[in-house]
Amino acid sequence: MLNITCGESNVACLANETVLDALLKANIPIPYGCRQGVCQSCLMRSLDVTPPVAAQIGIKDTLQKQNYFLACCCHPEQDMTVSLPDQQDTWFEASVIQKQQLSPEIIRLTLQYNAELSFFAGQFVNLQRLDGLTRSYSIANSSRHEKILEFHIRRLPNGQFSSWAHDELQPGTTLTLTEARGSCHYLPGRAQQPLLLIGTGSGLAPLYGIIHDALAQGHAGSIHLYHGSRNSEGLYLIDEMQELAKQYANFNYTASVSGACATETGFAQGRAHELALNAVQSLKGWRVYLCGHPEMVNQSKRMAYIKGASLGDIYADAFLTLPH
Amino acid sequence: MSETLETTNLTLFEQLGGAAAVDAAVDIFYRKVLADYRINRFFDNVDMEKQAAKQKAFLTMAFGGPHNYTGEDMRKGHERLVKMGLDDSHFDAVMEHLEATLQELNVPGALIAQVAAIAESTRTDVLGR
Repeated sequence: MLNITCGESNVACLANETVLDALLKANIPIPYGCRQGVCQSCLMRSLDVTPPVAAQIGIKDTLQKQNYFLACCCHPEQDMTVSLPDQQDTWFEASVIQKQQLSPEIIRLTLQYNAELSFFAGQFVNLQRLDGLTRSYSIANSSRHEKILEFHIRRLPNGQFSSWAHDELQPGTTLTLTEARGSCHYLPGRAQQPLLLIGTGSGLAPLYGIIHDALAQGHAGSIHLYHGSRNSEGLYLIDEMQELAKQYANFNYTASVSGACATETGFAQGRAHELALNAVQSLKGWRVYLCGHPEMVNQSKRMAYIKGASLGDIYADAFLTLPH
Repeated sequence: MSETLETTNLTLFEQLGGAAAVDAAVDIFYRKVLADYRINRFFDNVDMEKQAAKQKAFLTMAFGGPHNYTGEDMRKGHERLVKMGLDDSHFDAVMEHLEATLQELNVPGALIAQVAAIAESTRTDVLGR
């Protein structure tokens, strides 16, 4: 008999029971559906040991790496500490060490922390101000940088947090952060696979991190970044991306504007995802990353899939904004 | 003759190749469905991963495999779509894609007919009649 720890509860898991059986028997409410590993309703995360292989079948590779598993298929092999997704509420503090204007709309915020934190570039964390105001932002740097987190914050019309970050936040300020979440990040392996990355606005932040991660880990396949915005104000880090394209032969960069200002030089004309998806005949075998405007992300996901990319190879992060 | 007798010991699900065959079929089938302008509006605003999981559960059933689907589930699951105008023509389109998918996977005609018959049996529930 093994012990399953979930939050405050300790539950015994009998020989023929799954983690789901054991938790439900103890009246711990765990969402579930098919009970055969198909619907993924009972997705949970192991906080200590690696889950059994059979409990991870069909889960996105980035989530497997983070020890997510399906409770209905998990016959534990040892004691486990588990939680529902995103219920680990460990917070830590980090202080702003740099604030830099990247474009009229976007600032780069660099924070330093002391906590033990594991993350992948491209995941997101919640940033919380002293009064409790909280927003999610993507991590733009790879974890090889010592104890540093970098975020790109776009000023949203009436955005409470973003306006504050742009106008008032000063270096030295302490923010409270959650652990990194999300499955939109780079994993090594399949180094020859071509990568297509499409971002709008500050959707460049996770992609910027993912690209640096991929290049640092020796990704050999071609890497195609399309960054788009309505106007040139929303584009940023242009020189840096062009420099990177000179430095790495397999990295290609296209910046585009979709607004009416076709006269602007240096940028492609059109929507980033349309340019990107029209440029390739087939996406069979490709890995695709989509970050930014929810409508762009959803449309591109469908189009990339229809063009042959397998669903498991599409990593998406839709930036939702709160209605005002 | 003996060959025929041997294969008939296997269930439809086993003859088709089990869970691995379902995975291969979902990938082709769902892509066909989403690319079809006649029916793809019913799939707007759905989570693609969740939808693919549902397709997998549906194909597992149609392949004669283990499933927990009831007619009532089918009815409830499609209620919203019936309100959007889901009718026989759309069901027929999906059947078309199911059969084309199996042909692409070189499934013998006799087995395709069995799968089609199981899928067909859900028509009244899917269309809420």
